[in-house]
Amino acid sequence: MNRNPNLIYLDNAATSWPKPPQVAAAMTRFLEETGANPGRSGHRLSVDAARLVFETREQVARLFNAPDPLRVTFALNVTEALNLALHGLLRPGDHIITSSMEHNSVMRPLRHLEKRGVAVTVVPCSPEGFLNPANVESAIRPNTTLIALNHASNVTGTLLPVRAAGEIARRHNLLLLADVAQTAGAYPLDMQVDNIDLLAFTGHKSLYGPTGTGGLVLGTRVDESKLSALKQGGTGTRSEREEQPEFLPDKYESGTPNAVGLAGLGAGLDWIMARGVNSIRQHEMTLCRKLMGGLREISGVTVYGPRDANLRTAVISFNIAGLPPSEVGLRLDEDYGILCRVGLHCAPAAHRTLGTFPAGTVRFGLGAFNINRDIDATLAAIQQLVTDHCSHGTRRHPRLLHQPRHAD
Amino acid sequence: MEHAVILVYSTSHAMRIEKLLATRGTVCKLIPVPRHLSSDCGVCVRVSRADIETARSVVAESGIEIEGIHEIWPI
Ligand SMILES: Cc1ncc(COP(=O)(O)O)c(C=O)c1O
Repeated sequence: MNRNPNLIYLDNAATSWPKPPQVAAAMTRFLEETGANPGRSGHRLSVDAARLVFETREQVARLFNAPDPLRVTFALNVTEALNLALHGLLRPGDHIITSSMEHNSVMRPLRHLEKRGVAVTVVPCSPEGFLNPANVESAIRPNTTLIALNHASNVTGTLLPVRAAGEIARRHNLLLLADVAQTAGAYPLDMQVDNIDLLAFTGHKSLYGPTGTGGLVLGTRVDESKLSALKQGGTGTRSEREEQPEFLPDKYESGTPNAVGLAGLGAGLDWIMARGVNSIRQHEMTLCRKLMGGLREISGVTVYGPRDANLRTAVISFNIAGLPPSEVGLRLDEDYGILCRVGLHCAPAAHRTLGTFPAGTVRFGLGAFNINRDIDATLAAIQQLVTDHCSHGTRRHPRLLHQPRHAD
Repeated sequence: MEHAVILVYSTSHAMRIEKLLATRGTVCKLIPVPRHLSSDCGVCVRVSRADIETARSVVAESGIEIEGIHEIWPI
């Protein structure tokens, strides 16, 4: 693993880095030794490639306690998986319930579908990002078919009550779609215990895989004949037929998959399961408590989201009074080598909920490879930024005086 | 050796059956579908004829729908 000693990477909520060394090794091995088209051709290398993809399918099923690896559909990322679920399930006249803490990967498909006759209710969350499940239940209408929630906010790390919402979904004969982009691999997840019918995941965050990997896992309550495919095309099977196959996973997996990426994701999943999700969580939350506590002690710093570490993941949003997030981000990068993400984090609704729209926040996303020293150095840097700001004002850095970007 | 092939609908199904056979200690090989059996261009699972019954029970247990099991002879 090539960890640059001059950089402190705190942008794991966007994409984790570094990765376990096994991930790059598996991808290199795939390209150098396997390389072929998975399952399309039937020769030994093609079969080996298909086997690697299938093994990753099994690993995903194991990590989330999915009913069957064949109910794991791979996609490019969680955005594609969420689009498959939302476009595939919702029909004009249907009603869907979601929260005000969602990422645009849920909000934008829903706003698009809304124009095509799908009714959308966005249940408001508290300023810390908490969702009251009772408000989900009271939003149910006769035509409600789906509840879609993220498992943890990518802005504040707030955990949403997916299990309770899933229970409500079962009681009212609805389906529950969970966006687990921020929790998969970093927080214990079990489709059966957590009442998740459709689980959308991304490979490049806390599953430690490469970009270009993700998927949708279907629980047993999902009738795949009612979930239409986003695309049609070659699957390497039933080639004599011009109609898309109806069986899983081929129905949703047209086109050559990202086999090299899935080989890497498989290595990431192996690494997570060997280390244990609970131990990863414990490590991240120890660092998170220290970072949150330290930030709160610096005058002029506001930290958003839950104080209680048990109610969140290791994603911390904050602001420094008088300093736009974009300036904080740029100074952390240029002067301290600390990499984070600033702005709205593709989640304008979440920032409206927190009261941080449109300027946004500075976000630190911790990962399994952060260490105590990263936290000490980061707290010292923020303290220094605040001190400089108080004694000189931002004018000392005229090049940094630009308008905050409001785009995502 | 005389063989049988399990014709499946999906490459993923072939992978699943291969794994289940392995847990029973049954050796199999994934090969291209013999053209005289099907025009499908994917793979199928080849087992020894002696293992046909094991193959049948593994398939039944897996719940996977297959196209059929065919005996094949060396050409
Ligand atoms: C909660 C949540 N949903 C969706 C996404 C989108 O992820 P991706 O870009 O991998 O599709 C992210 C991260 O960017 C996220 O944190």
